[in-house]
This record gives sequence, structure tokens and C-alpha cells, in this order.
Amino acid sequence: MLTCKELAALVTDYLEGRQSFLERMRFELHLGMCRHCRAYLQQMRTTIDTLGNLPEESIPPEMSKQLLDRFRDWKR
Amino acid sequence: MTVAQAQTTNGIASTDERALVNRLLAGDEAAFTYVVERYHGPLIRFALLFVATRAVAEEVVQDTWVAVLHGLPAFEGRSALKSWIFGILANRAKTRAVREKRTIAFSELSAPGDEDEPAVDPDRFTSAGGWSAPPGRWEQDTPEKLLLHRESLAVIEKAMAALPASQRAVVTLRDVEGLDAAEVCNVLDVSETNQRVLLHRGRSKVRAALERYMAES
Repeated sequence: MLTCKELAALVTDYLEGRQSFLERMRFELHLGMCRHCRAYLQQMRTTIDTLGNLPEESIPPEMSKQLLDRFRDWKR
Repeated sequence: MTVAQAQTTNGIASTDERALVNRLLAGDEAAFTYVVERYHGPLIRFALLFVATRAVAEEVVQDTWVAVLHGLPAFEGRSALKSWIFGILANRAKTRAVREKRTIAFSELSAPGDEDEPAVDPDRFTSAGGWSAPPGRWEQDTPEKLLLHRESLAVIEKAMAALPASQRAVVTLRDVEGLDAAEVCNVLDVSETNQRVLLHRGRSKVRAALERYMAES
């Protein structure tokens, strides 16, 4: 039986789909019985999703214009 | 005019993306502006992983665009446009970093170091390996709720900045920019296993920082 500590160490392998069928079964069996580990996995997923939604800075208009000039030169 | 969102699956350029590249090759200015606006922020973020100052990062990004134009006719669409552009930037930024003697931090890419860097503080488990201080449900449990608060954004940025450079690079490309594992291995020239180790460690630390913040607020 997988311990909570072991599960925490395997979360990325699980999310990356890098486990064998048996390893995955063991992982999911533990999850099914342990709400703390479900909470942990959920926190990890929220973290990943949030990282994927960070605001991006936009390009300064001046640089955008310079690049467009480059593009026009390149076209010729 | 709308430009279809470039989507990729497993690093294979989609037909939309092919169309976008064709428009760039045909000299379509709207398509170029779209690509530049879409990738500028991510490229600056990525360049800052390698070089020390914002000014140098901007220079490297400008150079990258010139190189992108130069290489575009030969772009075969075997990788996604985004990861191709990131690859060009990585090469330029690394060259620049070597000149500035800032390459040491990336030695971890080939040797992630201490095998025993736990994802969670060992003190939070009992000797039998069960949680003694279990994680709870976060009140802000979606990106929307989290990013509504300036503080949580600052917590994330601070946690990212505190990561070793190689972990920051992998987490940035994978989780922030959404490249897949194979693309990241390619762009950073890192093995599949090391990529996963660095991702695991980096993500785990960002999670821990958010958890601390959530417990305080």
C-alpha cells in the first residue's frame, strides 16, 4: 500500500502519465481512500492551471512598429 | 480580420498553424503583428531566464524575431511554431548568457542534483508516511479566483523567482507557456527524466508557496 508521503513524490509521474498500469492502479487506489491526498492533488492541479493563466505583458507599440518595419523589409 | 488560434497536439503543427506560417511567408502584415503580439510576452519572460537584465532580454527577443524571419522559409512545421521560436530564442539567449558568464545556473539541467529534494516538507508526515499536517481545501481553488487577487499573483511570481534557474526554466515552459514535455526537452536540451524531475521540484515549491499564502490569508 502506497503511503501519503510516497504519493506526494509520485504526483508528477501520475500527471505526466509516466506510470505503468499497476503503478497507476496503486496511486488511484490510494487516492480513492484518502481525502488528504485528493486535496493535495487538487492543490497541485490548481497550481498548474494558475501558472498557465498568468497575465502576459504586451509588446510596447514602439517595438511592434519597429518589427513591422523589419517585416516589410524582409518581404522585399 | 481574425487569425485562427494556433493549436498544437503533441508538438505537431496543426493546419491552422500551417496557414499562419503561409500567410507570414506571403508577407501578410496582420499575421505578423498577430504573431508578434501573441509571443512577445512569453519570449521576454523566457529570455529573462537566461540573461540578467530586462534591456538585454529585449535585445535578445528583437534578435530572435529577426532570426525567425530569416529562418521562416525553411520552417518545416515538424515542431510547433511556438516551440520553434522558443528554440531560436534559447540558442541566442544561451550564447548571450555565456558571454555574460551566467551559464553555471543551468548546469542543473544535466544533473538535477540532490536526489532527495522532497516535494513536501517531510515534517508534514508521520513516521508511517501518512499526513500529520494534511493539506486542506483552498478557498481560492481556481485560477480565476486566485488571479483575481494581486497578492496571489505576487506570491507566484516570487516563488518562481526563488526557484533554481533550471527548475524555473522547465516550469515556465511547461506550465506557464504550455509546451509539452518533448518540446521542453528539445528547447532546453535536457533529458526526458531530468525534465520531469525539475518540473516536479519546481511545481511542488510553487504549490507550497501558495499553500502558505492561503493559510495566512
